[in-house]
Amino acid sequence: MVNNSFKQITGLACALLLMAGCATTSEEDMADQQDQTTQQQDQGRVGAAGNRGVTPSQQQEEVQLDRVFYFDFDSSILKPEARAALTAHAERFKSNSDAVRLEGHADERGSREYNMALGERRANAVADFLVLQGVPRARIEVVSYGEERPARMGSNESAWSQNRRVELD
Amino acid sequence: MKRILFILVLLLASSPLRAELIIEITSGVDNPTPIAIVPTGWNGTAALEESINDIVAADLRRSGQFRPIPQRDMLSSPSKASEVFYRDWRILKAEYLVISNVSQNAQGGYHLEFEMFDVFNERKVLDLAVDGARDQLRDLAHYMSDQIYQRITGIRGVFSTRIAYVEQLGEIYRLMMADADGARPRLLKESRPGEPILSPSWSPDGRYIAYVSFETTRPAIYVQEVATGSRQQITNFEGLNGAPAWSPDGRKLAITLSKDGNPEIYTVDVQTKELRRVTDHYAIDHEPSWTADGKAILFTSNRGAKPQIYQVTLASGRPERLTFVGPYNAKPVVTPDGKGFVFIHRDEGGRDHIAFQEFKTGNIRVLTQTQVGLDESPTVAPNGAMLMYATKNRQGKGILAAVSMDAATTFDLPSKQGDVREPAWSPFRN
Repeated sequence: MVNNSFKQITGLACALLLMAGCATTSEEDMADQQDQTTQQQDQGRVGAAGNRGVTPSQQQEEVQLDRVFYFDFDSSILKPEARAALTAHAERFKSNSDAVRLEGHADERGSREYNMALGERRANAVADFLVLQGVPRARIEVVSYGEERPARMGSNESAWSQNRRVELD
Repeated sequence: MKRILFILVLLLASSPLRAELIIEITSGVDNPTPIAIVPTGWNGTAALEESINDIVAADLRRSGQFRPIPQRDMLSSPSKASEVFYRDWRILKAEYLVISNVSQNAQGGYHLEFEMFDVFNERKVLDLAVDGARDQLRDLAHYMSDQIYQRITGIRGVFSTRIAYVEQLGEIYRLMMADADGARPRLLKESRPGEPILSPSWSPDGRYIAYVSFETTRPAIYVQEVATGSRQQITNFEGLNGAPAWSPDGRKLAITLSKDGNPEIYTVDVQTKELRRVTDHYAIDHEPSWTADGKAILFTSNRGAKPQIYQVTLASGRPERLTFVGPYNAKPVVTPDGKGFVFIHRDEGGRDHIAFQEFKTGNIRVLTQTQVGLDESPTVAPNGAMLMYATKNRQGKGILAAVSMDAATTFDLPSKQGDVREPAWSPFRN
């Protein structure tokens, strides 16, 4: 929870900085933010956007919107704080025809196979929300990796809370 | 129970490609049977690649039921019956004495002879010979262990069986197979980066392993012939394709598919691929395991809000809840004798351990007691005497551990390299 809101604030701050054309955001801040959100994706898009000639409008969009949504232990209920970002994603998907891939994940506790189902439930919860916002279901692919691909190593609540997630590709 | 009785580090020729399992015995039974395994006689010129008596002693020690007498304490080293003086072994309190000889056979392989003596009654109780190929010294030793174990305990030994397991090295997943003592790991299937392999399950005849692979970027179920490596895809539906479990007759797999929106148990005929839906509920139904008679399937479901174990009779389709103690019970695996099942049982403190529940009484026995409380993937040896499962060691590394079904003996099999998980104990090999 704390991490999540911290991240949102950081994300917002970064977005504002970028919108103001400010190039002073340190690599470290960006790397930190990236670490907490989308480890596997967005490597170049977010991390060093300013240095790689990405257009400003893309920058704003990518930085503003969370792409990772976290869940409570043993739960597949979407948290209220995910709604704003997902609504914005939905608007974006409605304005293009991109395929949407949602990857569901679980923490390491409990049964490895049951966690596959839990990850799928979580990804489906995000998919349902996007569909309610008008994104065609047929464009959304849901894949669960269960506990196989943790974002954060470690057997403690701080790692687990980062691993119970859905990543929007 | 005694903790940390002995630490045993086992063997293994090292090769950088093979991540080997090392066995550490972490506790043992209070009164294991003392047995003397005399060094195996060998008349060849070059030294043997493996020490047969050491392998046999390690096998018997690992069962928890035996205490092999150290070689340095032995007063004599007989290699034939006429050289056996019982008083030498009575002094050491050995209840049994085993002597053996290995020689080259005409085919360039090995011929092993062994005899076992009951020290107190001063009589020979076993006299056997067996032949193997050049690369089968370990097989010969495990055969000898099996015969000794069965002669003394009356229970068939599992030292010649195999374990399949999944090993992860960075982003690479490997389906592996090793001897039951962790030696001779062999690669059965290696993934591309980031494409998990999971849920290995042996066919009842031991010829095939079913498993889940993400090689199509999504989970699909495959059946692979162990000897040849030839494979066929069994299912590749949208959504979850998971948790294959062979029917006792080897003709079907019970599996989980979520193609119709949420995870349900199905059976699929391995030959015809004919699907039959078993459960029908909006909750998660997952992790099927057949009863011994093949007439019912146990599974995990959160239909009562929290994951618990249910049983559905195939003829009626009627589900019945089996577990009631604890906030989380999952991954049932019916034991080989069909009398109960092992499963993941979460205690009130949130720690996951492996427990056994008897069908008849409903009584639960918790079998594992790791500190970390992240025990999962239970699998039972075909003789029903030992349970293997996956957990983590203090360094957070995935290891395999084993415990006797009376919870008295435990040993760990950490891998030298990657994280290992999801052990599947093979059936008896004939």
